[in-house]
Amino acid sequence: MEEPPLDPYIDAHGLRKEFGSILAVDGVDLVVRPGEVLGFLGPNGAGKSTTMKMVTGFLEPTAGTIRILGADMLADPRQAKRHIGYLPEGAPAWPDMTVAEFLAFIAEVRGFDRPAAARRTEELVELVHLGGVFHQTIETLSKGFKRRVGLAQAIYHDPPVLVLDEPTDGLDPNQKHEVRELIRRMGEKKAIVLSTHILEEVEAVCTRAVIINRGRTVFDGSPDELDAQAPTEVERNRLDWVFRHITTSDTAVAGDAA
Amino acid sequence: MSSVRTIFKREFAGYFATPLAAVYLVIFLALTGIFTFNMGALYESGQASLRPFFGYLPQLFLFLVPAIAMRIWAEERRLGTVELLMTLPVSVGEMVIGKFLAAWAFAGVALLLTTPLWLTVSYLGDPDHGVILTGYFGSLLMAGAFLAVGSCLSALTKNQVIAFVLCLIAFFALLLSGYPGFSELVPGWLPKVVVDALAYLSFLTHYEALQKGVIDLRDVFFFASVIVAALFINTLVLDWKKAD
Ligand SMILES: Nc1ncnc2c1ncn2[C@@H]1O[C@H](COP(=O)(O)OP(=O)(O)OP(=O)(O)O)[C@@H](O)[C@H]1O
Ligand SMILES: [Mg+2]
Repeated sequence: MEEPPLDPYIDAHGLRKEFGSILAVDGVDLVVRPGEVLGFLGPNGAGKSTTMKMVTGFLEPTAGTIRILGADMLADPRQAKRHIGYLPEGAPAWPDMTVAEFLAFIAEVRGFDRPAAARRTEELVELVHLGGVFHQTIETLSKGFKRRVGLAQAIYHDPPVLVLDEPTDGLDPNQKHEVRELIRRMGEKKAIVLSTHILEEVEAVCTRAVIINRGRTVFDGSPDELDAQAPTEVERNRLDWVFRHITTSDTAVAGDAA
Repeated sequence: MSSVRTIFKREFAGYFATPLAAVYLVIFLALTGIFTFNMGALYESGQASLRPFFGYLPQLFLFLVPAIAMRIWAEERRLGTVELLMTLPVSVGEMVIGKFLAAWAFAGVALLLTTPLWLTVSYLGDPDHGVILTGYFGSLLMAGAFLAVGSCLSALTKNQVIAFVLCLIAFFALLLSGYPGFSELVPGWLPKVVVDALAYLSFLTHYEALQKGVIDLRDVFFFASVIVAALFINTLVLDWKKAD
């Protein structure tokens, strides 16, 4: 831990997003270095997905700056997007395509030639267990399998930056476990942001937790620091207690532990 | 530009991923057949040409092109795949062009499948092949212009039915001012130059000009400009509407 901190892979400052009169995100900073797995938490409607959409270049922020490995998302989106793998909320995909066709399309967009694509697809099918549904159309997949296809799409080009919006939503316990292991392993070299409503997931895979509420950062620290916010008499679900405490009282101060 | 190809391929294959494409093509062919032979009285006209076919094509396009155009972006927005697309290292312009070209190619396939009509008239008589060729060329250009406008309109909504209706209204307006009776419909106080300008802007005016066996570059330029302008506006509409 004595080494100087690495340059951040995700370097976003002062993110703000207005939808007409709705202020969805109100000045959020997101700085993530390689080796960090950041758990992005907050109640429904807090602005997690909106922040992720800005970081990945889908939405232009009303204000703020975004750099991905030095590339400016607003000035040079193509370069910035090359570095990112993104699983949007709900894992959207074209229902008429088979898993094989879908991954072939992603491979082509990501610049893989045929042999390289074939190798990579095979690896991923193994990694997220898509073998049984490889030639099925996406509309016929269960929710969990759809999510896995989305995950395979996101990590296809082995990007240095991963942004995953509720990656384990809808997965069975075995798959949840495997995906968490996968994220943890990938997190050793990558900068990963994942949103979740499952706080045990934060303890299991994240090196850092950020909680936002009504578009503002209300906590930024390690899972241990988050845990330490709960009084000792709370024995079970301590993180849930802290989460509730921070996001339901208006007096919570941003970045207690930051 | 290789991204345009990738998007085009996915999109074009997408048309044939469901039986809908086949149904569409069958309906298109059935209607062209009915219009040409029954209403256009191909046999009775006593002369070998595809004039009845090309004459009814604008009206057919009025209803059938919206059916292609409506899904181009509305469906993408409804499914949320627009978010997936727009976070890939592909520019909005490349996506718009790729998807438009795929729709245009599909319309091209539909037109190509009507060539047995050409063979039929060639068998029955001695048509002017040059006129037929420019007729097809004009039809393809007009289909492209309709599709570009339609693609732009379909980016306005997540609902394909709304997109269809928007296309229908727009296409109707784009055809109307080119009909011979149009000048009698407009109020008399409109200056002639305005009426002429409206007629000039009609797709029908330029389409008919291309049915005479000679290709006037001004008509080609007209359709090409419409396509470029509509696709450019399409990228703006997408940026404006994608978040909703
Ligand atoms: N396109 C939009 N137009 C208007 N308001 C929007 C739009 N997208 C999001 N919002 C609003 O912005 C706020 C933040 O939404 P966001 O989806 O970012 O929340 P979230 O933290 O991801 O919530 P969840 O946990 O439910 O996924 C909400 O109030 C939402 O209604
Ligand atoms: Mg969300």
